[in-house]
Amino acid sequence: MMTETKLFCSCSTAFGAPPNTHVCPVCLGLPGVLPVLNRRAVELALMAALALHCEITPQERFDRKNYFYPDLPKAYQITQWDLPIGKNGYLEITTDEGIKRIGITRIHIEEDAGKLNHGVGGYSLVDYNRVGVPLIEIVSEPDLRSPREAQLYLEKLRSIMVYAGISDARMEEGSLRCDANISLRPLGSSVLGKRAEIKNVNSFRGVVRALEYEQQRQAEALQNGEVLHQETRRWDEDRGMTFSMRSKEEANDYRYFPEPDLVQLVIEDAMIAAAHAALPELPDAKQKRYIETFGLSAYDASVLTASKQTAAYFEAAVAAFPKDPKAVANWVMGDFSRKLNEAGLTADQAPLTPEQLAEIPALIDEGTLSSKMAKELFEKAWAKGASPRRIAQEEGMTQITDLSQLIDLARRVVAGNPKAVADVRAGKQKAMGALVGQMMKETKGRANPTLVHEALQQAIEEQTEG
Amino acid sequence: MTSIDLGERDLFGWHEALAKGDVHPAELVQASLDRIAAVDEQVHAFLTVTRKEALQEAEQVDVTLSPLAGIPAAIKDNICTQNVPTTCASRMLHNFRPPYDATVIQRLRTAGAIAVGKTNMDEFAMGSSTEHSAFGVTRNPWDLGRVPGGSSGGSAAAVAAGEVPYALGSDTGGSIRQPAAYCGVVGLKPTYGRVSRYGLVAFASSLDQIGPITRTVAESALVMNAISGVDLHDSTSAPVEVPDFTATLTGEVRGLRIGIISEYMGEGIDPSVRQAVQQAIQTFERLGAEIVEVHLPTTKHALAVYYLIAPAEASSNLARYDGVRYGYRTPQAKSVVEMYKQTRDEGFGTEVKRRILLGTYVLSAGYYDAYYKRALQVRALMKQDFDRAFEHCDVLLSPTTPTPAFAFGEKTADPVTMYLNDLCTIPANLVGIPALSVPCGFTPEGLPIGLQLMAKAFDEATLFRAGDAYERAAGFTGRLPELAA
Repeated sequence: MMTETKLFCSCSTAFGAPPNTHVCPVCLGLPGVLPVLNRRAVELALMAALALHCEITPQERFDRKNYFYPDLPKAYQITQWDLPIGKNGYLEITTDEGIKRIGITRIHIEEDAGKLNHGVGGYSLVDYNRVGVPLIEIVSEPDLRSPREAQLYLEKLRSIMVYAGISDARMEEGSLRCDANISLRPLGSSVLGKRAEIKNVNSFRGVVRALEYEQQRQAEALQNGEVLHQETRRWDEDRGMTFSMRSKEEANDYRYFPEPDLVQLVIEDAMIAAAHAALPELPDAKQKRYIETFGLSAYDASVLTASKQTAAYFEAAVAAFPKDPKAVANWVMGDFSRKLNEAGLTADQAPLTPEQLAEIPALIDEGTLSSKMAKELFEKAWAKGASPRRIAQEEGMTQITDLSQLIDLARRVVAGNPKAVADVRAGKQKAMGALVGQMMKETKGRANPTLVHEALQQAIEEQTEG
Repeated sequence: MTSIDLGERDLFGWHEALAKGDVHPAELVQASLDRIAAVDEQVHAFLTVTRKEALQEAEQVDVTLSPLAGIPAAIKDNICTQNVPTTCASRMLHNFRPPYDATVIQRLRTAGAIAVGKTNMDEFAMGSSTEHSAFGVTRNPWDLGRVPGGSSGGSAAAVAAGEVPYALGSDTGGSIRQPAAYCGVVGLKPTYGRVSRYGLVAFASSLDQIGPITRTVAESALVMNAISGVDLHDSTSAPVEVPDFTATLTGEVRGLRIGIISEYMGEGIDPSVRQAVQQAIQTFERLGAEIVEVHLPTTKHALAVYYLIAPAEASSNLARYDGVRYGYRTPQAKSVVEMYKQTRDEGFGTEVKRRILLGTYVLSAGYYDAYYKRALQVRALMKQDFDRAFEHCDVLLSPTTPTPAFAFGEKTADPVTMYLNDLCTIPANLVGIPALSVPCGFTPEGLPIGLQLMAKAFDEATLFRAGDAYERAAGFTGRLPELAA
């Protein structure tokens, strides 16, 4: 979770600091220290529980999960065992068959463990910077039916967490982690088979691959008449395989009991109301609004809301040019997104402000910019990080929309191309194209094509009359 | 320079002398160090004496800071003191120097108090005799052949031997009051949440409290003024106002309703103890207190409940001693698991291991409901019992311990006999109420006997008022044993 400080002490949660620099007696679990609950972490967890439509446990209690490991300095993790902050919630994913609701069993708050680095000069070293960083564990119901659905679920979950500012949810920094459980059952059966929990998956792509592999492995095992047992398996990214870590029987007895060093925290209605108020518009609601008020397609709405930054950018751009949200959407999803991807940026890091981007569809709408020029102008504006309107003005990129500015040129073109003019007169429309081309070349493409036609017609008629 | 006798005055007297400039803090600290040098070879109350630091602080201290400023004190060795060894009398922490001060130490420093050293105890505060120290026993200053009680045996003995005017101890099931009773001094276990536990090496988190050991009740009140109050580092410390505890010491107990716990006046109580306590009751009557009889039927489960809850919490609290980061680490191990096992096998003593095993067992899957959860339920019933009792009385009275101090080795063979020693003191920890042990006489052999007074949560003031009135009338407190220097 994106708190400034750890769950039970005031150490920084910033990622990437030198090992063991964000530590104090409390998170190091030195003799005699006591935890003090970070209220902000509870607020964020509460927001997460509300965003996932959970029932809220009114009295927060923490428990100790006891086990020995060098990355766990107290030899117990402070977590929530039988009273999670939220339970019985859901989120919705959009599959090919439509909207599907995935149940959320529970959300609970707990502290992170440290990080072990094995085999450094013959030793295992441990970095306690991460120890005590607040996290929420979200457990879903067994509602996902394919690796693809698992991916959609994770993407939706991540986007909600990022939108609500609960977590930056970066798998590569460990701020989003996933243990994926999978079991098979015969067609038509409603009884779930024995599940395998897959650990050590480090990307969404990895989750899909691991589940696909495991689906295959379990299917083959069952078809060979093997009996599967509940177990924890480790995903090997390089080999693209899972390996058994431990069976259910080998699982730890964590000897959970209520944490006596913390007092019960009562979540009052005011706190829930505040968390509700702090929740921004989430992707589902945003999509609905884009469709209803901006007239966008469901597809466009889902593309624009996939990232919080893109949605914010789009909305700011629409605010600057409210006349045609669809045109703004096309720009944001088209050249703008392509440029972002090429540069590896998010929308908020783009060199163009939303207001600047909105100038392009506005200029087109005003008729002062052709779509061909618009692309060129966008490239220039992106490269310079400057207002497209100003660039267009400075570089004379605006369209010639005044007939009087074109008529002289048309007369010269007509006079200089007697053969083509004769062909036009003979009814060969193809010849007109050559004249238009000549006009466009002379104006460097700035002339409005309709006006060019008009000017040429007029010049040919004048010649006839003369 | 002839050394000052610390026994000449109480804390109030020394403060006055310091304030007037009649004595210098360095003289008081030197007197304490001299007395330690003279008698601690026999008593062995101290594990560490911080001679240099104490003398340095004495030179700089502003004696007007507080009534404790410039006066030496001793600290139980499970209370963290920055850069000063805090061993919990365990091989496991033989080399541990905390990088921080416990909140009580910070408060004493702010008050200008001067710590002269760390006192012996039962390992990790588990025991009732200080025989379970990894660094040798402490002897009772009244009879060097007997235990000083425990687990704060070193703190109680240090005060009784005149080495310091007061000491801090910790009390999880009687660990301040029982040694105070055995050593003829005053010990208070404050209300749970009255004194911050931050920096107290945890034994059983829901029961532990730090408290003072002094020669008189009034001095206990004075020390409590300095260490009490809510602490942001301890979520279980209570945001309850701290009165000036010395202001209530009127000597007046007329109309005070004192409940005699009948369960603690019958079988299993040594006749000499019962007689001394009965005399104390008469003293209270003479002072105008109203005596009522009280039944606490659930107290018969206290020992069982305690020996489920305390070891359960301890098994978790002591799991961090794994040899990875600090403290003892076995030199033998070839793998992480081996390191854990051997470090803990070699670092912990028998009694600590016994309780870790017991606690691990009662928290295990399949046993939790039958033991730990059940114990919590009975604990809740006990609280109701006490709440009902306090509807009829202001103070509950009982012996502090069933017997006077016992001889070395007398109870180590059978842990349960040792546990029975805490019969009268355990309920206050389970219920979270304050309890005071005041000297109430001597056995025919000259061993001190302790009287226990308990009050409602956060009503230490009434406890002090009753205890102070009693000790003024009875005159057993403030007596120190003859020790050949």
